[in-house]
Amino acid sequence: MSSQTPIIPAEENKKSAGLTSRRRWGMALRYLVALVAILFALFPVIWIISASLNPTGSLAGQKLIPDNASFANYKSLLNDPIHPYKTWLLNSLKISTITSLLGVISIVLSAYSFSRFRFKGRRQLMLALLLIQVFPTLLMFVAIFYLFQQLGQYIPGMGLNEHAPLVLAYLGTQMGIQIWLMKGFFDSIPRDIDESALVDGATHWQIFWKLIFPLARPMIVIVALLVFIASYQEFVLASVLLKDKAMYTLMVGLYLFVSEEFSKNWGIFAAGGLMGALPIVVLYQALQDQIIGGLTAGAVKG
Amino acid sequence: MMVDTKKSRGSKGPLAALSKGIGRYILILLGLAILDALGIWLLYLLIRDGAWPVATPIAVILILINVLNLSPKLFPIRWQIPAGAIVILIIIFPMVYTIYSAFTNYSDGHILSKQQAINRLAQDTYLPEGSQTYNWTAFRTEEGVFSLWLVDQGGEDYLVTLDTFQDAEPGEGIIGPADENGVPESLEGYQRLARLEVIKYLPELDGIQFGIYPDQVQIVDLDYAAPLVQRYSYDPELDTIIDEKSGIVYYANEDEGYYTSLEDQNLIPGYMVWVGVHNFERLFQSPAFRGPFLRIFAWTIAFAVLSVLTTFAVGLLVAIAFNDPDLKGRKLIRSLLLIPYTIPGIIGVLIWKGMLNPHLGLIPLTLERMIGWAPEFYNNPFWAKIGILLINLWLGYPYMMLISSGALQAIPDDIYDAAAVDGASGWQKFWNITLPLLLVSVGPLLIASFVFNFNNFSVIYPFLEGKPPMANTPTPAGHTDILISYTYRIAFEGGGGSDYAYAAAITIVIFFIVAVLTLIQYQYTRQWEEVSENV
Repeated sequence: MSSQTPIIPAEENKKSAGLTSRRRWGMALRYLVALVAILFALFPVIWIISASLNPTGSLAGQKLIPDNASFANYKSLLNDPIHPYKTWLLNSLKISTITSLLGVISIVLSAYSFSRFRFKGRRQLMLALLLIQVFPTLLMFVAIFYLFQQLGQYIPGMGLNEHAPLVLAYLGTQMGIQIWLMKGFFDSIPRDIDESALVDGATHWQIFWKLIFPLARPMIVIVALLVFIASYQEFVLASVLLKDKAMYTLMVGLYLFVSEEFSKNWGIFAAGGLMGALPIVVLYQALQDQIIGGLTAGAVKG
Repeated sequence: MMVDTKKSRGSKGPLAALSKGIGRYILILLGLAILDALGIWLLYLLIRDGAWPVATPIAVILILINVLNLSPKLFPIRWQIPAGAIVILIIIFPMVYTIYSAFTNYSDGHILSKQQAINRLAQDTYLPEGSQTYNWTAFRTEEGVFSLWLVDQGGEDYLVTLDTFQDAEPGEGIIGPADENGVPESLEGYQRLARLEVIKYLPELDGIQFGIYPDQVQIVDLDYAAPLVQRYSYDPELDTIIDEKSGIVYYANEDEGYYTSLEDQNLIPGYMVWVGVHNFERLFQSPAFRGPFLRIFAWTIAFAVLSVLTTFAVGLLVAIAFNDPDLKGRKLIRSLLLIPYTIPGIIGVLIWKGMLNPHLGLIPLTLERMIGWAPEFYNNPFWAKIGILLINLWLGYPYMMLISSGALQAIPDDIYDAAAVDGASGWQKFWNITLPLLLVSVGPLLIASFVFNFNNFSVIYPFLEGKPPMANTPTPAGHTDILISYTYRIAFEGGGGSDYAYAAAITIVIFFIVAVLTLIQYQYTRQWEEVSENV
């Protein structure tokens, strides 16, 4: 063994000398791949920005750099009485915010109980939660449609074409995965903290609210944002449950734009799509590291 | 410090704690009482109308809330109430109900329970022939809204609009003074119609039902109006419905979920009945249904496999290119590459839909200019599929890049060093080291991605809604449809009405496929974990 040791550095030296020129080519290749990848990723985005600034507004007349660029599309979008963009955006923000708030409350309570309490059937409940998540909610839209078509006949505000059922449906689709995510985080907080407080006579609620909740706040914010993003982007359930234009969410509304004379409405759609995508893109960029961490765990869409 | 305050609160004595406990207990009882009252009222209404499928989950939730709150031992599960209630209502009930409804005739015209259908029919009214109850005079607004002044045989006056029916006297409020016949000369906001004008508006007036049932009237002829009466009456003993207008008797047809006359006339709406495996028979045995189903199934598999392969190949290539600490601006590049992934899917798909538009879109136009030919991304089934794969590549490769670059960094460098000593080429290192090790960690995510794409409605539907259409199919089906979009269209876009039950039957087939795939994923994960332990 020891007789071989001097050989290895020599080989290494030779190799790295050979590598430097190869490495330079390698780096050049890497930058080329990066450039092509960025072009592929961003070109549609740049194209749509250009379309949104193009006052001709139709698909046919589009150039990369529009003549007489202006915000005309944005203006007509915000003042269009037939396509109430502002209402859609407000609907979406309202639904996503309420879903996010209610979601966080139920997710945190459930996850905390799974993490901190020991009760009969705990493992089975957690497993069941994971198993039912296997079936995409999308497959159940017929039954969800039926549920609210029926409930709406008896409870005001719980029928088709209302927002409350949509919030409930979003909560249901988000619940399982987020509870697991949150529970994992609670598990990472040492149990000594609450056990000593328990010995001192604190109630479970006091321990949760005064000790654990402040520690878990950053994760709770992330869960809230993930629920918000998922609800904001959702399209299928919203288009199944909502019927009137004034009740649409932004995604359903933007889709409506397109189904009616797509090529003519192109510029206005571009403006609406960009404005609608902006909040989510910004949120993702801000949360990049945390979300990528969760991605690999399979916690987000993909 | 916090602990100190706890102690001092505890030292207030057991009495204070007890009284606080009792107060809380009473509050809980009060809350439960209100919730139960509302819940039981709702359950009563649901069960009265035969909507027991919806009543069941609500009863379960109500019982759970009561048990969990009343039993002190179960307090840990109490924290599960909000999440549990939502999961029962939105996940478990729909799962069970989907399975149930696949064995019924749940479709347009068969949405209601039998009792709900009877209730609905009881609201229908008709105008009995020859009845001359009121003399009428019409008034009309500028916008074309009508109002009637009625005088009955006893000389009583009434004013009716579309949704009101009230006693009235000339000269009261907005009503002008009476003319020689006792009819007001004017009505504020309205114009009284003279005989000639009435004839002009008769086609419009003829069909209007004024007032709200049971106080509802319709005009019979130029002089008379009459109250509307209930058209269908239900006989609970014989389970028949009699049409009072024609005298026809309709019998309950439990096979098809209709009230049917002896002449095979059906009353609309029908109701939901159990039809056994009829929907599955259609799916597997009827050539007209099976044909499109099999083609769509094949494309679904192809779409999911190709999507995973293309996104993974490109994502991995980019990840490998970036897997060099000397590369400058990695963080910025990563942020930029993340953008397609962060744009809401619908918007991304629609941007591409515009760019692929056959005559106006950027890509066909550019191709046309460069090589004089461009594919028909909308109308040609083959190119439409290519378009979808391209869009999905754009949407999906950032995700693959992220997970691959994470996994690449986890591969220890010394393995590569050892291979270099053995004189392995870069290509060999990739095939024999990088890829197998990568698949250990990324493999399960690839299967998850396959399952996701298997049901990736939000790429397929917004692009072309499954078009171009297949010819001669009994339900709408298209060349780019995958099973989930096909199901959606059967349920919500059917030309001959929505067929929810058939959609549910297909959904169950998808359930099974997804379950098997998930099982494979689980096995695969374990298998690779064993392998990786040996590496």
